[in-house]
Amino acid sequence: MPLPLSDKGILMKKILIVIMVFAVMTGCATATVETDYGKAMLSLLKSEFTSKGPATVERMLNQDEVQKLCSEYPMVRTEEMVSRIQDSQMKTVKFPADGNYLGDWKKGEIIAQNGRGFQSSDPIGGVNGGNCYACHNITKSEISYGNIGPSLNNYIKLHGANDLVIKYTWAKIYNSQAYTACSSMPRFGHSGILDEQQIKDVMALLLDPASPVNR
Amino acid sequence: MKLFITLIFTIFLIYSNTFAVAGNSSTDEIAKYRELLADGNPAELWEMRGEELWKKKIDPKSVSLEQCDLGKGPGIVKGAYVELPRYFNDVNKVMDLEQRLIYCRKNIQGLSHEQAVKIPYGSVGNPSDIEALVSYITAESKGMKMAVSTKHPLEKEAYEVGKRFFFYRAGSHDFSCATCHSADEKRIRLQELPNLLNKADAQKTYTTWPAYRLSQGEVRTMQHRLSDCLRQQRFPEPIYASETITALIMFLAKNAEGGIFDAPALKR
Amino acid sequence: MPSPMRIRAVLNGETVEVKVLIRHDMETGLRKDTTGKFVPSHFIQKLTIKYEDRMVLDSVMGISVSKDPFLSFKFKGGEKGGKLSVTWVDNIGDTRTDAAIVS
Repeated sequence: MPLPLSDKGILMKKILIVIMVFAVMTGCATATVETDYGKAMLSLLKSEFTSKGPATVERMLNQDEVQKLCSEYPMVRTEEMVSRIQDSQMKTVKFPADGNYLGDWKKGEIIAQNGRGFQSSDPIGGVNGGNCYACHNITKSEISYGNIGPSLNNYIKLHGANDLVIKYTWAKIYNSQAYTACSSMPRFGHSGILDEQQIKDVMALLLDPASPVNR
Repeated sequence: MKLFITLIFTIFLIYSNTFAVAGNSSTDEIAKYRELLADGNPAELWEMRGEELWKKKIDPKSVSLEQCDLGKGPGIVKGAYVELPRYFNDVNKVMDLEQRLIYCRKNIQGLSHEQAVKIPYGSVGNPSDIEALVSYITAESKGMKMAVSTKHPLEKEAYEVGKRFFFYRAGSHDFSCATCHSADEKRIRLQELPNLLNKADAQKTYTTWPAYRLSQGEVRTMQHRLSDCLRQQRFPEPIYASETITALIMFLAKNAEGGIFDAPALKR
Repeated sequence: MPSPMRIRAVLNGETVEVKVLIRHDMETGLRKDTTGKFVPSHFIQKLTIKYEDRMVLDSVMGISVSKDPFLSFKFKGGEKGGKLSVTWVDNIGDTRTDAAIVS
């Protein structure tokens, strides 16, 4: 229906045009002003945190590829992403140069019980523990254990102790994401939490037939 | 006949109770112990001191906090906590309770920033005014439903920023909040972990902070709990009363919507 | 000046149930601070409770009682409106007395 050409009609046409222009402008405006919440969060982290002890702002801000992906996709991931992560993490695993995988299970138990290391309340250069009991059932006598990870009690009975199992267990402790993309388990070897000897001692806790885990 | 039926019914009751008792885990027993302990919560002493501090006229202006607007109007304490964090017009930003108290201590009572944030976390011989004030103000919301709004764009932003931070994996151990708090029925050692993405868990958790912590011998706020989580996550330290913590509190408080507030509580 | 106590006294039938919450550090003297020095002992030694003129509780406390003690007990012969008076004295001579009415 054509707009009326009377004076009233021209005024109404002008009002209509103004309204339409305004609507388009605000529509555009809303689209460009939408907040990037991720960016906002990162800028707060930059300005509001202070390094203390071994816990630094630099390390917190510099997420590696895996941390970035697992933060962006915390619950659901594609098969492609899972394979990509697991392949890249498997490549980081360093097996012991001397070919010996088992250390002292008694020392392994101490490492498993120790929950300290790398916290802002810990000393720089201190000894780190694995805090394994936080998440795992390991020996029968320790009843204060968590359930975030599977039980490791009777490890040899559950998995055997052949070469494949030994290599698997080493790689799992060294970098758990070699097998489980975005695993909750810290990457003890790759992230420098436990050194080679400490991992050997934890290996012994699990794979030495004399360890209380297997008796 | 009546006696016979009564006998059978009684035997049935005894056996059904036995089954229930046999099903108790060590964590159920801990829960029972906590219920017994709940009488005589030392947090009440913090509430008393907080009420005194709220009403006390202090230097340099000889003014109390009684005109402080916690979101429901100047001086209104009842029900204020269950609506925090919220957007405040006068500062054009979202604030949680501690940020708002600092603001009032500075702008109404004339304290310097340093004085206003002094001793955020008390210890033996060094009581915290802020913890006492938080105890009093939160007690005035006891029994009320969590009702935090995310209508204002800045409130929504705080919620979304808090959510992204909840999932932010970083540091030596790759921990985020979600690492421990995004699945049901999990525990670290023997400490049960609430799934903060599950409404019932979020409600139960959020509505029982602040709490007198037996392990600390002090009333601790949600701010303290979150800072301590960050420490255990191997993160560096947030400044006291940061926007990051407010955003995280916003995320948790909104997830706890509808929960009946029951703090200050008693925890280990 | 030590912090006030919280006292509740309720008459149930013939017995008065009293609950007292006390703000006190109850330092044993065996605890070390972060620098490794012993924190000096500071604990309540004596706690007495009177109903009107009559002593209803006379107790000796020590280092086995933990921080911010909570005490609960019952006595007979009390009435609504009667006055309770609670006093504690600690090992460095600090003392505090608070009163409450039986409800």
